[in-house]
Amino acid sequence: MKAWSALAAGILFGLGLTLSGMSDPLKVLGFLDVSGNWIPDLALVMGGALVVSLAATPWVLKRAAPRFATQFHVPAIRTIDKRLAIGAMLFGIGWGLSGYCPGPALVSLLYGYETTMIFCLAMIAGMLIEGALRRSKIA
Amino acid sequence: MSAVTFFPPLLGGLTLGLGALWLLYSLGRVAGISGIVWGALAGPDRDWRWLFLAGLLGGGAITHWVFELPLPAESTASLGLLISSGLLVGFGTRFGGGCTSGHGVCGIGRRSPRSVIATLVFMIFGMLTVYVARHVLGGGV
Repeated sequence: MKAWSALAAGILFGLGLTLSGMSDPLKVLGFLDVSGNWIPDLALVMGGALVVSLAATPWVLKRAAPRFATQFHVPAIRTIDKRLAIGAMLFGIGWGLSGYCPGPALVSLLYGYETTMIFCLAMIAGMLIEGALRRSKIA
Repeated sequence: MSAVTFFPPLLGGLTLGLGALWLLYSLGRVAGISGIVWGALAGPDRDWRWLFLAGLLGGGAITHWVFELPLPAESTASLGLLISSGLLVGFGTRFGGGCTSGHGVCGIGRRSPRSVIATLVFMIFGMLTVYVARHVLGGGV
Protein backbone atom coordinates (compact mmCIF):
# COMPACT_ATOMS: atom_id res chain seq x y z
CA MET A 1 0.00 0.00 0.00
CA LYS A 2 2.87 2.32 0.86
CA ALA A 3 4.66 1.68 -2.41
CA TRP A 4 1.48 2.08 -4.40
CA SER A 5 0.67 5.37 -2.63
CA ALA A 6 4.07 6.92 -3.29
CA LEU A 7 3.93 5.88 -6.93
CA ALA A 8 0.38 7.23 -7.36
CA ALA A 9 1.31 10.56 -5.76
CA GLY A 10 4.30 10.84 -8.09
CA ILE A 11 2.19 10.03 -11.15
CA LEU A 12 -0.36 12.73 -10.29
CA PHE A 13 2.44 15.21 -9.63
CA GLY A 14 4.21 14.39 -12.89
CA LEU A 15 0.95 14.55 -14.85
CA GLY A 16 0.21 17.95 -13.34
CA LEU A 17 3.67 19.37 -14.03
CA THR A 18 3.62 18.34 -17.68
CA LEU A 19 -0.05 19.15 -18.43
CA SER A 20 0.38 22.59 -16.93
CA GLY A 21 3.33 23.68 -19.09
CA MET A 22 5.75 23.88 -16.15
CA SER A 23 8.12 21.46 -17.90
CA ASP A 24 8.69 24.06 -20.63
CA PRO A 25 11.56 26.24 -19.33
CA LEU A 26 10.96 28.94 -21.94
CA LYS A 27 7.34 29.28 -20.85
CA VAL A 28 8.45 29.50 -17.22
CA LEU A 29 10.90 32.28 -18.12
CA GLY A 30 8.01 34.01 -19.90
CA PHE A 31 6.01 33.81 -16.68
CA LEU A 32 8.91 35.29 -14.68
CA ASP A 33 9.38 38.07 -17.28
CA VAL A 34 6.75 40.39 -15.79
CA SER A 35 8.06 43.52 -17.51
CA GLY A 36 8.40 41.92 -20.96
CA ASN A 37 5.97 39.76 -22.93
CA TRP A 38 4.52 38.39 -19.73
CA ILE A 39 2.90 34.92 -19.96
CA PRO A 40 0.61 34.99 -16.91
CA ASP A 41 -0.96 31.54 -17.45
CA LEU A 42 1.45 29.69 -15.20
CA ALA A 43 0.18 31.62 -12.17
CA LEU A 44 -2.80 29.28 -12.48
CA VAL A 45 -0.59 26.26 -11.83
CA MET A 46 0.29 27.44 -8.37
CA GLY A 47 -3.23 28.84 -8.03
CA GLY A 48 -4.82 25.47 -8.80
CA ALA A 49 -2.40 23.56 -6.60
CA LEU A 50 -2.94 26.00 -3.74
CA VAL A 51 -6.72 25.73 -3.94
CA VAL A 52 -6.37 21.99 -3.24
CA SER A 53 -3.57 22.38 -0.71
CA LEU A 54 -5.09 25.27 1.28
CA ALA A 55 -8.52 23.68 1.39
CA ALA A 56 -7.58 20.14 2.33
CA THR A 57 -4.23 20.20 4.18
CA PRO A 58 -5.62 21.34 7.57
CA TRP A 59 -8.27 18.64 7.35
CA VAL A 60 -5.65 15.95 6.60
CA LEU A 61 -3.37 17.10 9.42
CA LYS A 62 -6.24 16.90 11.92
CA ARG A 63 -6.15 13.11 11.56
CA ALA A 64 -4.28 11.18 14.25
CA ALA A 65 -2.04 9.56 11.61
CA PRO A 66 -1.68 9.19 7.84
CA ARG A 67 -3.72 6.44 6.20
CA PHE A 68 -0.82 4.02 5.60
CA ALA A 69 1.90 5.25 8.00
CA THR A 70 2.31 5.79 11.71
CA GLN A 71 3.00 9.51 11.81
CA PHE A 72 3.13 12.75 9.82
CA HIS A 73 6.57 14.00 8.82
CA VAL A 74 5.91 17.71 8.62
CA PRO A 75 8.56 20.36 9.41
CA ALA A 76 8.04 21.66 12.94
CA ILE A 77 10.34 24.67 12.58
CA ARG A 78 8.39 27.96 12.38
CA THR A 79 11.13 30.59 12.69
CA ILE A 80 12.11 32.73 9.74
CA ASP A 81 15.89 32.84 9.69
CA LYS A 82 18.75 33.95 7.47
CA ARG A 83 19.18 30.47 6.01
CA LEU A 84 15.63 30.47 4.70
CA ALA A 85 15.97 33.89 3.09
CA ILE A 86 19.41 33.26 1.57
CA GLY A 87 18.41 29.81 0.31
CA ALA A 88 15.24 31.15 -1.31
CA MET A 89 17.21 34.04 -2.88
CA LEU A 90 19.81 31.73 -4.41
CA PHE A 91 17.13 29.34 -5.61
CA GLY A 92 15.17 32.21 -7.18
CA ILE A 93 18.25 33.45 -9.04
CA GLY A 94 19.01 29.95 -10.29
CA TRP A 95 15.40 29.47 -11.37
CA GLY A 96 15.46 32.75 -13.29
CA LEU A 97 18.66 31.82 -15.14
CA SER A 98 17.19 28.74 -16.85
CA GLY A 99 13.48 28.47 -16.06
CA TYR A 100 14.05 25.13 -14.33
CA CYS A 101 13.07 24.32 -10.76
CA PRO A 102 13.59 20.79 -9.36
CA GLY A 103 10.29 19.06 -10.26
CA PRO A 104 9.99 20.28 -13.85
CA ALA A 105 13.69 19.62 -14.46
CA LEU A 106 13.41 16.01 -13.32
CA VAL A 107 10.29 15.24 -15.31
CA SER A 108 11.93 16.85 -18.36
CA LEU A 109 14.62 14.16 -18.26
CA LEU A 110 12.02 12.15 -20.20
CA TYR A 111 12.54 14.35 -23.24
CA GLY A 112 16.14 13.21 -23.60
CA TYR A 113 17.59 16.72 -23.93
CA GLU A 114 21.26 17.14 -23.05
CA THR A 115 20.52 20.56 -21.50
CA THR A 116 18.14 19.00 -18.95
CA MET A 117 20.68 16.36 -17.99
CA ILE A 118 23.36 19.01 -17.47
CA PHE A 119 20.99 21.07 -15.31
CA CYS A 120 20.01 18.05 -13.19
CA LEU A 121 23.62 16.98 -12.63
CA ALA A 122 24.55 20.52 -11.61
CA MET A 123 21.51 20.64 -9.29
CA ILE A 124 22.59 17.44 -7.55
CA ALA A 125 26.13 18.82 -7.28
CA GLY A 126 24.67 21.94 -5.64
CA MET A 127 22.78 19.77 -3.15
CA LEU A 128 25.94 17.79 -2.36
CA ILE A 129 27.89 21.02 -1.78
CA GLU A 130 25.19 22.21 0.61
CA GLY A 131 25.23 18.85 2.38
CA ALA A 132 29.01 18.99 2.77
CA LEU A 133 28.83 22.54 4.11
CA ARG A 134 26.15 21.57 6.60
CA ARG A 135 28.15 18.59 7.85
CA SER A 136 31.37 20.57 8.18
CA LYS A 137 29.60 23.22 10.28
CA ILE A 138 28.02 20.68 12.62
CA ALA A 139 31.27 18.76 13.04
CA MET B 1 -5.88 34.87 -21.63
CA SER B 2 -8.12 32.57 -23.65
CA ALA B 3 -9.83 29.41 -22.41
CA VAL B 4 -7.35 27.33 -24.42
CA THR B 5 -4.31 28.70 -22.60
CA PHE B 6 -6.18 29.00 -19.32
CA PHE B 7 -7.31 25.41 -18.96
CA PRO B 8 -4.10 23.29 -19.03
CA PRO B 9 -2.27 25.24 -16.32
CA LEU B 10 -5.30 25.21 -14.04
CA LEU B 11 -5.95 21.50 -14.61
CA GLY B 12 -2.25 20.75 -14.17
CA GLY B 13 -2.11 22.75 -10.94
CA LEU B 14 -5.15 20.97 -9.51
CA THR B 15 -3.69 17.59 -10.49
CA LEU B 16 -0.32 18.15 -8.92
CA GLY B 17 -2.04 19.60 -5.86
CA LEU B 18 -3.98 16.34 -5.55
CA GLY B 19 -0.74 14.37 -5.86
CA ALA B 20 0.79 16.37 -3.01
CA LEU B 21 -2.35 15.95 -0.93
CA TRP B 22 -2.44 12.20 -1.52
CA LEU B 23 1.18 11.86 -0.39
CA LEU B 24 0.38 13.71 2.84
CA TYR B 25 -2.85 11.81 3.45
CA SER B 26 -1.48 8.35 2.69
CA LEU B 27 2.11 8.46 3.91
CA GLY B 28 2.27 11.68 5.93
CA ARG B 29 5.02 13.07 3.70
CA VAL B 30 5.55 16.49 2.15
CA ALA B 31 5.74 16.53 -1.66
CA GLY B 32 8.77 18.80 -1.81
CA ILE B 33 10.76 17.69 -4.82
CA SER B 34 14.15 19.06 -3.72
CA GLY B 35 13.77 17.31 -0.35
CA ILE B 36 12.63 14.07 -1.99
CA VAL B 37 15.60 14.09 -4.39
CA TRP B 38 18.01 14.70 -1.53
CA GLY B 39 16.39 12.01 0.62
CA ALA B 40 16.42 9.53 -2.27
CA LEU B 41 20.19 10.02 -2.53
CA ALA B 42 21.18 10.48 1.11
CA GLY B 43 18.46 8.55 2.95
CA PRO B 44 16.94 7.52 5.29
CA ASP B 45 13.65 6.09 3.96
CA ARG B 46 14.81 5.96 0.35
CA ASP B 47 12.15 3.58 -1.01
CA TRP B 48 9.04 5.76 -1.09
CA ARG B 49 11.11 8.62 -2.52
CA TRP B 50 12.42 6.60 -5.46
CA LEU B 51 8.89 5.34 -6.10
CA PHE B 52 7.55 8.89 -6.05
CA LEU B 53 10.25 10.01 -8.49
CA ALA B 54 9.55 7.03 -10.77
CA GLY B 55 5.88 8.03 -10.69
CA LEU B 56 6.81 11.62 -11.51
CA LEU B 57 8.45 10.51 -14.75
CA GLY B 58 5.59 8.06 -15.36
CA GLY B 59 3.06 10.89 -15.08
CA GLY B 60 5.05 12.90 -17.61
CA ALA B 61 5.14 9.90 -19.95
CA ILE B 62 1.33 9.62 -19.73
CA THR B 63 0.95 13.29 -20.71
CA HIS B 64 3.19 13.07 -23.75
CA TRP B 65 2.76 9.49 -24.94
CA VAL B 66 -0.81 8.65 -23.91
CA PHE B 67 -2.50 12.06 -24.16
CA GLU B 68 0.00 12.93 -26.90
CA LEU B 69 0.72 16.49 -25.83
CA PRO B 70 3.72 17.80 -27.80
CA LEU B 71 7.10 17.88 -26.06
CA PRO B 72 8.30 21.34 -24.99
CA ALA B 73 11.26 22.75 -26.94
CA GLU B 74 14.75 22.27 -25.53
CA SER B 75 16.22 25.04 -23.38
CA THR B 76 18.41 27.49 -25.31
CA ALA B 77 20.55 28.29 -22.26
CA SER B 78 24.32 28.05 -22.66
CA LEU B 79 26.37 25.41 -20.86
CA GLY B 80 27.66 27.97 -18.35
CA LEU B 81 24.17 29.25 -17.64
CA LEU B 82 22.79 25.72 -17.18
CA ILE B 83 25.55 24.77 -14.76
CA SER B 84 25.30 27.94 -12.68
CA SER B 85 21.52 27.67 -12.66
CA GLY B 86 21.61 24.04 -11.54
CA LEU B 87 24.19 24.70 -8.82
CA LEU B 88 22.17 27.63 -7.44
CA VAL B 89 18.89 25.70 -7.54
CA GLY B 90 20.41 22.64 -5.84
CA PHE B 91 22.30 24.61 -3.20
CA GLY B 92 19.54 27.16 -2.60
CA THR B 93 16.68 24.71 -2.23
CA ARG B 94 18.60 22.63 0.32
CA PHE B 95 19.86 25.69 2.19
CA GLY B 96 16.41 27.26 2.32
CA GLY B 97 14.63 23.99 3.05
CA GLY B 98 12.45 23.71 -0.03
CA CYS B 99 11.48 24.71 -3.53
CA THR B 100 8.38 25.59 -5.53
CA SER B 101 6.60 22.42 -4.41
CA GLY B 102 7.68 22.03 -0.78
CA HIS B 103 7.37 25.69 0.17
CA GLY B 104 5.11 27.01 -2.59
CA VAL B 105 2.42 24.32 -2.59
CA CYS B 106 2.71 22.17 0.55
CA GLY B 107 4.07 24.75 3.00
CA ILE B 108 1.59 27.47 2.11
CA GLY B 109 -1.15 24.82 2.36
CA ARG B 110 -0.07 24.27 5.98
CA ARG B 111 -0.10 28.06 6.52
CA SER B 112 3.62 27.91 7.36
CA PRO B 113 4.97 31.47 7.67
CA ARG B 114 8.41 30.22 6.57
CA SER B 115 7.00 28.88 3.34
CA VAL B 116 5.06 32.05 2.58
CA ILE B 117 8.24 34.12 2.99
CA ALA B 118 10.40 31.66 1.03
CA THR B 119 7.90 31.60 -1.84
CA LEU B 120 7.73 35.39 -2.02
CA VAL B 121 11.52 35.61 -1.95
CA PHE B 122 12.20 33.04 -4.70
CA MET B 123 9.42 34.41 -6.89
CA ILE B 124 10.74 37.96 -6.59
CA PHE B 125 14.34 36.89 -7.18
CA GLY B 126 13.33 34.74 -10.13
CA MET B 127 11.56 37.72 -11.68
CA LEU B 128 14.45 40.07 -10.88
CA THR B 129 16.93 37.67 -12.47
CA VAL B 130 14.91 37.44 -15.69
CA TYR B 131 14.50 41.23 -15.67
CA VAL B 132 18.23 41.83 -15.32
CA ALA B 133 19.18 39.12 -17.83
CA ARG B 134 16.69 40.13 -20.52
CA HIS B 135 16.15 43.84 -20.08
CA VAL B 136 19.29 45.22 -18.41
CA LEU B 137 22.04 43.02 -19.82
CA GLY B 138 20.01 42.16 -22.91
CA GLY B 139 21.15 38.54 -22.77
CA GLY B 140 20.19 35.42 -20.90
CA VAL B 141 17.60 33.09 -22.34
